Amino acid sequence: MRIDKVTVETDDWDIKTFSLSFVNQEDEADFKYIPGQFVELSVLGKGEAPFGMASSPTQPGRLEFTVSKIGVVTTALHNMEAGRTVGVRGPLGNGYPIEELKGKNMVMIGGGFGFSTLRALTNLALDETNRDNFKDITVIYGARRPGLLLYKDDLEKWGKRSDIHLHLTVDTGDEEWAGKVGFVPAVTKEVAPSSEEAYALVCGPPAMIKFTLPVVEELGFPPERTLLSMEMRMKCGLGMCGRCNIGSQYVCRDGPVFSLAKLSRLPQEY
Amino acid sequence: MKAKIIKKTDIASFLDKLIEDYEAFAPVEMDGLISFEKVSSSSEALLDYPNSKMPPKQLLFPQSETLFSYSSTKDTGELEVPSGPEKPRLIFSIRPCDAMSFTLLDKVFGGDFKDPYYLNRRANTVLVSIGCTTPRASCFCNSVGGGPFSTEGSDLLLIDIGDEYVVQIVSDKGAKLLDKKGFEDTGKEKLDLAAGVIKTAEASMGPGVKTEGLKEKLDSIFDDPVWQQLTEKCLGCGICTYLCPTCHCFDIVDETIGSGGERVRLWDSCQFPLFTLQASGANPRPTGKERFRQRMMHKFSYLLDSCDQIGCVGCGRCITECPVNLDIRQVLNSIAQLESVK
Repeated sequence: MRIDKVTVETDDWDIKTFSLSFVNQEDEADFKYIPGQFVELSVLGKGEAPFGMASSPTQPGRLEFTVSKIGVVTTALHNMEAGRTVGVRGPLGNGYPIEELKGKNMVMIGGGFGFSTLRALTNLALDETNRDNFKDITVIYGARRPGLLLYKDDLEKWGKRSDIHLHLTVDTGDEEWAGKVGFVPAVTKEVAPSSEEAYALVCGPPAMIKFTLPVVEELGFPPERTLLSMEMRMKCGLGMCGRCNIGSQYVCRDGPVFSLAKLSRLPQEY
Repeated sequence: MKAKIIKKTDIASFLDKLIEDYEAFAPVEMDGLISFEKVSSSSEALLDYPNSKMPPKQLLFPQSETLFSYSSTKDTGELEVPSGPEKPRLIFSIRPCDAMSFTLLDKVFGGDFKDPYYLNRRANTVLVSIGCTTPRASCFCNSVGGGPFSTEGSDLLLIDIGDEYVVQIVSDKGAKLLDKKGFEDTGKEKLDLAAGVIKTAEASMGPGVKTEGLKEKLDSIFDDPVWQQLTEKCLGCGICTYLCPTCHCFDIVDETIGSGGERVRLWDSCQFPLFTLQASGANPRPTGKERFRQRMMHKFSYLLDSCDQIGCVGCGRCITECPVNLDIRQVLNSIAQLESVK
């Protein structure tokens, strides 16, 4: 796929979003995905790495991936500009259970860089062709500081809409920051979204997940309606190469989205 | 069973005839090391041998395999997928445990996602196995669903009855090898002889491992401190996984030389710390304990869930080649004796 646009997301320049379009039309027709799924992005000579789609399938013709510069492939991607070509293998994984979420309230709780696939799901649900399929949408999203919040254009657009409850928070504010200051678990407790007919979707760094899950439970979300997107080192993405398993479940093939109910039946090795 | 008779004096000409039509691989001894190599004459092949040090799995799942090559890392670089072998392949004189290992790999590489590299090679390969008249002390195939004369995964099975082999026909693919060769059908007398050989071989084997209830036990002791004790002498060298005919974990890397290069699939091992190390620095299996547990759990619990088959054929290579004499049978039997936690 061709890189059409590179957006620097954060003030430290470590996170960029790549907007890609298909070079071959047949590939575009074949590529059907849902938020929560991922691909292996490939840079020849550097290798492959997995990235969740940050874009929504309601905006056809392009895919977006948000990439944190942290390893060999991600550094190579960060050095690429619009016009270059990268390989895409996918879509892989199960994605969020869209049909199950229809007609329900959704509470998305995201932290830092883990917000990309929740952004995709939010944009899918907010799309005019879909909005009526979902009830209340609540987004609680935090970053360490204002300059690390991703998707500022989307956040601004969502902030202006009346059909989404958006709560942004940062661990440490600055002079310009007028929003909430506090960790995601504390803000979740303060916002206290109703668990009635609702799903909690949690994605973020391990520490955030660890402290958010008890809050979500306290709010009355049952484990079946608490969904997490898991991360593991991956290679094949097909449930063969043997490294991303939690018990007998491969995060790449059987996940990456798991309900807390399912996870609690698996070994605590993640 | 359907079977033919081949005289031992005719086996060489049988193999030589097959070598004309097939790219043939057989156990070969070089400098005291037995390994599966391409043979151009029956005289190179061993029929009476303990077992190869390396399993023949590399013939279907190579230790290093080019998935595709690229002429340039520039965006204009052309990709090329290597073509498979043109001639059909024969693996001759493979042991039943190693033949059985392919039935597991078939499920791993032929599940929801199909791996064309493995599956094409598998479809293009015919297996002639040779039963084990005298199993080794480290063999325990009979306790993990196989046996010294198991036909699982094979197309033909040779049973040594003295001056002749009873050739059991396991598949149509195997039957085709015998077509037009004019071998005699086996009479009852020779079948009885074969049954006696099988019985004697089976009776000579030790108790092996108790697999009954093992999965449930393993699932219940995931957090038990016993894993620390069991792992204490393990060096984490990974030889048990490299020499295991069912282990199939792999890595995928790009190897660039000059402007072009290859994307290569390489055997990897769950026993290595880098195997699961994430870019963030997090590692769900940070010490030898978690990695050793993963090896046992994958083989004797997880694969039962995903493939309905355990990841062990009892070949004993992990026992004979372990540098610290860590015996998987003892590990499993000591786990079997534990009280369940839940």
